[in-house]
This record gives sequence, C-alpha cells and structure tokens, in this order.
Amino acid sequence: MVIKHKNIFTTESAWSDADKVLLCLDTGGWRTERPVLDQSKCNYCGLCALYCPPQCMLDKGDHYEANLAYCKGCGICAHECPRGALTMVPEGEFADEG
Amino acid sequence: MKAKKGTIRVITGNAVGAYGAMLCRPEVIAAYPITPQSEIAEQLAQFRADGVLDAEFVEVEGENSAMNVVLAASVAGARVFTATSSYGLVFMYDALQEASGFRTPVVMVNANRETPGIHAVSAGQQDMISARDTGWVQIIVENDQEILDQIIMAYRLAEDYDIQLPVMVNYDGYYLSYLAEAVEIPQIEDVDAFLAPLKKQPPRPRLVPGVAKGCGTHGIEMGYVEARYKHWQALERVKNKADEIDKAFGDYFGRYYGGQIEEYRTGDADIVVVASGSATGTARTVIDAKREQGIKVGLIKMRLFRPFPAEKLIEALKGKKAVGVIDRSVCFGWKYGPICTELMALSPKLETVPILSYIDGLANLDINVPHIGRVVDEVYAAARGKPYQEVTWIPMEEER
Amino acid sequence: MAARMLASAFVAEGKYVASFPMYGFERRGAPVVAFTRVDEKPIREKTQIYTPDCMVVIDPGLMKIPALFNGLKPEGVLIVNSKTRLKSKPNENLKIAGVVNATQIAVEEIGRDIPNTCLLGAFAAATGWIDLKSVLACLGDYLSGDMLQRNLKSAERGFKEVEVIKW
Repeated sequence: MVIKHKNIFTTESAWSDADKVLLCLDTGGWRTERPVLDQSKCNYCGLCALYCPPQCMLDKGDHYEANLAYCKGCGICAHECPRGALTMVPEGEFADEG
Repeated sequence: MKAKKGTIRVITGNAVGAYGAMLCRPEVIAAYPITPQSEIAEQLAQFRADGVLDAEFVEVEGENSAMNVVLAASVAGARVFTATSSYGLVFMYDALQEASGFRTPVVMVNANRETPGIHAVSAGQQDMISARDTGWVQIIVENDQEILDQIIMAYRLAEDYDIQLPVMVNYDGYYLSYLAEAVEIPQIEDVDAFLAPLKKQPPRPRLVPGVAKGCGTHGIEMGYVEARYKHWQALERVKNKADEIDKAFGDYFGRYYGGQIEEYRTGDADIVVVASGSATGTARTVIDAKREQGIKVGLIKMRLFRPFPAEKLIEALKGKKAVGVIDRSVCFGWKYGPICTELMALSPKLETVPILSYIDGLANLDINVPHIGRVVDEVYAAARGKPYQEVTWIPMEEER
Repeated sequence: MAARMLASAFVAEGKYVASFPMYGFERRGAPVVAFTRVDEKPIREKTQIYTPDCMVVIDPGLMKIPALFNGLKPEGVLIVNSKTRLKSKPNENLKIAGVVNATQIAVEEIGRDIPNTCLLGAFAAATGWIDLKSVLACLGDYLSGDMLQRNLKSAERGFKEVEVIKW
C-alpha cells in the first residue's frame, strides 16, 4: 500500500510560526544533580542567573531558584556564586524523581 | 611487488579520511570544520601534534579561504589536502573553479550533505551535484576502506602529468563519515611506493620565488578557448587513467574497486539498478535476495561521476531490458534525478529501454532494503512491458 | 562512542562490524541513536536498524515511550540503565533483559554520569555475545591513564552487577 506524504507546511518554502512552540524539550530530565541554595548565604547578586546557560534561573524577589523543568545540572551557577551559596546535590536524593 | 599487510583499526570514515591524507604526506593543509566532517581536521591536527604528519597548517576563517590557500600552495608546487561539505563546498564555489581552471592537483574529500535553502544538517548528495560543473574530477565511495584507498588513488590521479586536475572524493555524511568499521591502514612506505611513479614524470609548471610567471592569465579569445579545450580533453583522459590506477592499486594493495564503475552480478542480468555511495552496500544485499527469488538483477555502482563514465555504462547496459537509477539528490530543472538525467543523455546509444528514476535518501532518510526491493520489483515489471512511473520520490509515497 | 568501543571489541574477536550514530530530530532525553551491526562476514548494509536483536537504552526515561520496542525481534534483548528494577516484562518480544544502575556506578567510578562503559560490561554479561576480556581490552584504544582505569572498573562492575532476567 502506498502512503502519500501529508504536507507539513502550507507554504512553498519551510516557514514556521515562531509564536507557537516548535520544539519544547523538558531538558530537566537530563539532569543528574541539581543546585540547592543555602539562602542564608545568598545576597541576591544575580550572578547565578547571569551565568546560567539555559537562562532558567527564576527571580524569587530575594533569591534565585533554578527552574527544574529546564535545569540541566551543569553546575556553573554553583561554580560562579561568589558566596558558595549553591551546592550541586545528586538527583537520587530527591523524592520527586519518578 | 606487493604491499605489506596494513594495520587494522576500527575508526570512523572521517578518521579514515585523515589517515588517507596523512599517508600521502601533504605539505599544506587548510580545512575549516563543518558537520559532518569536523573530525577530519581535528584528526589531522592531532597527527601533526603527534609528529606523524609534517604539513604546514594554515588556519582559515572559512572554506573559501581554505580552497584559496590550498590551490595557491598547489600552484607553488605543494601537495595539498582539504575537506568540506555542503555549505562549505558552496562557500568555496569560485575557488573550486579556479582550482580546476589553473589545473592544480588539489585533493579534497567532501562529506556529502544537503545544501542550504532548507536547514540542511543531514545526508544527501546535493552538494556534490551543485558542484558538478566546476571542472573537478568527482568520485563517490561506498565504505570506509574505499575512502582511504580512493584518497591515495586520488593523488596518483590528480598529480599525473596527463591529468593535472583537482579530485573530489565524495562519501556520505553520517552514513560513512561517522561509520566505524574495521579498516586496514597501509604502511606509509607502501603508499610512498605507490605514489613514486609520479616523481618519474615531467614536473608540472609551478610558481617559484624569483622567477616571474603568471598563472591563469589569459582571459579572452583563443587563449581562453585553448585552456578550456585542454581542460575538457584532460577530463576525458581521466576515465582510462582511473581504470589504470585502480588496477595498479589492486595489484599492489590487493583491493580492486573497478575504476569508473563496478558491476555486480550484471553479466547475465535482465535488469539493472544504478546506485552510488553507501546505498550501494545495501543494494548488494537486495540484489542477492532478489536473485534467490529468481529475478536476474544486477547492480552498477557509479564511482566516477565526473567525468561521466559514458562508455562504460553503455557497455554495461547492453542487452539489459530496464534500468532503475537511484539518486540521493535532485536535478533542479529536470524531472529525473541528476545521475538518471545524465544516463538518459546516452539514450540514443542504449537500446530503447525503460529508464526509471528514483529519488530517495534525502535529508537523513534511509535508502533501505524495502526501498531498493521496491525499485527492483518496479524495474522488473517495466522490463516485462507493464506501465511504470518515470520518476518516483520514494519518501513522498512510501510503500508499507 | 560506546557503539564504537563495542565495534572494536567485536573486531578484536574476529567479527565484522559496522556502527554509526544518527542525529534525527531531538526527542526527550535521547538526542542520539547509534546502530551497530555484527556479523561473521563483511557487512554491506549501510542503513538504520529497523529490527534489532538487542537494544541498549542509556536513558531510562525512554522506557516510558511505547514505540521504543517497535521492530524488536522475537527473543530480543534489552540492556537498560535504570535504578529501579523491571516491574514487568516490557514487551512480548523480549527474552532477556539486563538491568543495571549504570548512572550510579559511573558517578561512583568515573565521577560523571557517563554510563556507556558500564553498559558495555552489562551487555557482555547479559547477552554472552562477547567476552568481557575483549571489551576491557579495547577500552585502551580510546582512553588512557586515570580515565582508562576508572572506565575499566565501571565496565567490570556493569558486568558483575547487572541483573539478568530471562523469560
């Protein structure tokens, strides 16, 4: 049986709607350790958010937290924090991992 | 006289490309990284760092410069090497024409990948097709061992005094560039010996410091025509020379590839499939399976693409009742695939046979066993007088 | 890289191998798939593998995808990196499964979540298609020094600690 290809595009060339989400990857699933904040050491300087490669640090008003849906656990935030407020902790120690 | 046994290594097609180049002792290398070829430049740099390769590396900011650097070095008499793919190949488009117009024996590997226009990070032969008319010798290989061997043969061909043309060795990106297979790496002394006959030939003209010379200087009227004419004649000479070199290589190293084309079980075949690149390997398994079922089918592997092996194809297709050509690219402006279109140009000399064009394997889609099986079935039906489709884009109408 | 190491190991045992990765559209947690063919005679087919005899799953998240086992041959083998045991037989075509917490072993032995060499050891144990000795021997072609020692340990632990289930 011959299956004819069903067009993906309505246009002649490969246009896509950049308002619609094209590819949404839950890259948080790739993580093997996550940054944990000791809030007593944090002075809200924002360096962790600046350095975060996927820019997934959420502004909580007086500190930042990694958005766990996208945080890949690279550890750069912990490395850059001038006060050592962030520690990378292995994922196995958290109950929310399925 | 036979070469000694080589070393067996399990490495990717890209790494093999680097070995092939290293063994031929190039003097100047300029290569810009691009998927799926980046590993070659990295491996060559590693060879140099390890002291195994004594070449001048020129760091360039793009492929256009890469080709300009190596062709200039070649004009100055150096043996050179570079590698590219897709966007890189088209970026050096003007330099490609100069390399062949100046009759420089540049050897380049091109890891076949789709060309720009639609974001193209996937396998396909479109880049090779887009450079068809650059005046280069173009050869397509089927597996990792052949990449290595063909690079060695490429130098022997390019630098031959009767040829003096740049040679592009094409291999499928992803399918061969990243394919790890056991490959026999020849001893460098044996490669030296294989390329040694070049030293006995008259030297080609080259730029020498202190000697006033021009290259590629005639731009009008009969000077231009004469240079073009000689280029055109040299390309014709490549055909027989490629066969001679293949035989010499096989006699020495024990591996023969057939020269311009390879014929697989075509002798008593009623129908033939024409393919090139990594798909040829898959096609062989299909040919064998169909033969078991009683279909007398053979395979022609296109190795030499430029110049087009017209005479060999006409000979190989004598007496065949139908042909199916599998193209891993598109011929803009013609209905049929590029290799198919060129084969059809030979039609007056081929008895009237149905020639079926198949376009498949674009953009990392597989040319797999069921697809080739379908090609054989449809060509077989056409040979028996059934109506057939002149051109089929297999991915657009998959058979399930 | 793991596919290439496996290829080397098989070649060392005198087999023919062809192995290559393919980067299709990225899917959840699995940006790369690699195909390896092993045979007693030269391998001519250069295509993706549609009907594998064995699947090595490095990202346990993939086990949730129903289409994962499409095409697996009857009497198929699964090697999976997972910290939880298999609760049931994931697919009717499966005959043998090798489950090992390669991520944990890798983090312990190598210091990073690179479970590949551990899974090679598990593969050798569960399938019996290759000697552990061959796997360990060929790691030296790709790694050296401290990294090599760590990966050798990781592979050995994969071999010893894999839980092999046969149905």
